[in-house]
Amino acid sequence: MEIKDPILEIKDVCVSYTRDVMAVKHVNAAIKKNEITAIMGPSGCGKSTLLRAINRMHELYKGIRVEGEILLSKHDILRMDAIQVRRNIGMVFQRPNPFPTMSIAENVMAGYSLNGIHVSKSRKNEIIEKNLRSVGLWDEVKDGLNKRGTFLSGGQQQRLCIARALALKPELLLMDEPTSALDPIATNRIEDLMEDLKKEVTIMIVTHNMSQAKRIAAYSMFMYLGELVEYDDTQVMFTNAKDQRTREYLIGKFG
Amino acid sequence: MHITVCLFSALTCIPLFAILGKVLYEGASELGSTFSVIVGGIVGTLLMLIMATAVAVPIGILGGVFLSENKGTKVANVISYMTDLLQGTPSIIIGIIVYIGVVIPTRGYSGVAGSVALFIMMLPLIIRSTEETMKMLPLSLKEAGLALGGSYPRVVFKVLLPSAFGGIFTGILLAVSRIIGETAPLMFTALGCSIVQWDVRRPVSAVPLLIWQFFNDPTMQNMVWSASLFLLIFVLFLNIIAKYFAQKWK
Repeated sequence: MEIKDPILEIKDVCVSYTRDVMAVKHVNAAIKKNEITAIMGPSGCGKSTLLRAINRMHELYKGIRVEGEILLSKHDILRMDAIQVRRNIGMVFQRPNPFPTMSIAENVMAGYSLNGIHVSKSRKNEIIEKNLRSVGLWDEVKDGLNKRGTFLSGGQQQRLCIARALALKPELLLMDEPTSALDPIATNRIEDLMEDLKKEVTIMIVTHNMSQAKRIAAYSMFMYLGELVEYDDTQVMFTNAKDQRTREYLIGKFG
Repeated sequence: MHITVCLFSALTCIPLFAILGKVLYEGASELGSTFSVIVGGIVGTLLMLIMATAVAVPIGILGGVFLSENKGTKVANVISYMTDLLQGTPSIIIGIIVYIGVVIPTRGYSGVAGSVALFIMMLPLIIRSTEETMKMLPLSLKEAGLALGGSYPRVVFKVLLPSAFGGIFTGILLAVSRIIGETAPLMFTALGCSIVQWDVRRPVSAVPLLIWQFFNDPTMQNMVWSASLFLLIFVLFLNIIAKYFAQKWK
């Protein structure tokens, strides 16, 4: 499958936690702009590891090596300043993690305050309202913007975290199983939200849940034991997977 | 089994209640009249505590953050080991060291020398409590901060430390209540003083020093208990606040 004008190109990327064990093996993929791309696979297949290589999260831990090239709009992010990369690539985690000492408004603005970017008060209010609206949280929280983010429900907290990531206007949003800690209703809301968001931002989502990939992703990857086994149009993959392992995973033989 | 446990826990309470009972019984009636006598001690204790805390808190917090963020590295191991050593050093030895290091070079006992001794006693307590609190923070907080492009120091100061505030504050209060009754290190450094002394360059008094003086002076022995009661109340008060914050923070 060929992707035209990809926003992100992953070229021969390997990630190893220890010298001889590779968690991600020679992955090549191009990511379509303004679409949702899902990464599926059983536990331990390297899907989160691949995702975390894209915003250079592995650098926080000693001994993890990332090799290859990851091009974001033609620039190799592995050779850029990590802080610059992370401003451009947002991340949403498995468990909602709003900053507990910050209010809802401060959480949305956290990207700015943590980067030392000064924003005028009116601009600040604009950013807060716009981003809370785009995650559908504005009407629910507009009367309590100064309340702690941690008082919200799990689903609301996760949407707040998405708003926090979006506030910096990233080109790419990485989501690492963002709904696995949420109930079906909250999950549904976030999936609907992702559909709306893809107009503004390209989304890559790691998911354990293949029906979620089927519902929301235009393209899907299947990873197994660190390898990218198959990468295709989601419809094609679910109806006509080429690899035996993908077919077995999709019918639930393992995973 | 159950009964044995209850019995032994009751036994451990006996000394505590014996002390509290005796101090209350003997000291309560004199508390008011003693206050005017120990005012100098209260002033000295507070002055030295404030100075020691003001220096120990920033250094201790930075040390604790360093240890929790760099665990396993050589430097952290050395600092961690030295913290343990310092914490285990008998307070009288700290007093002698400060006597040699501060009192002799400055040619005199002083409140400053006393607060140096208290600072040395507080430092390992604050380093340890900060480190423990920081270790309890979920890793995802740090990751979320860095994933937004925050620089490492900004994430530490704007996300991690504020999140750990309750635990660190509790640790500071407990450290203060732990050193407030220290007597030995002050004997070699602050010395004591019979008037209310606000000048910390001169020898100052402290409540535990006064208790020692009252004990040695046959005419003042009745005030041993009331001064002790005062000190106990103060420590108890600090502990209750610390508990309250610890609970609230959780």
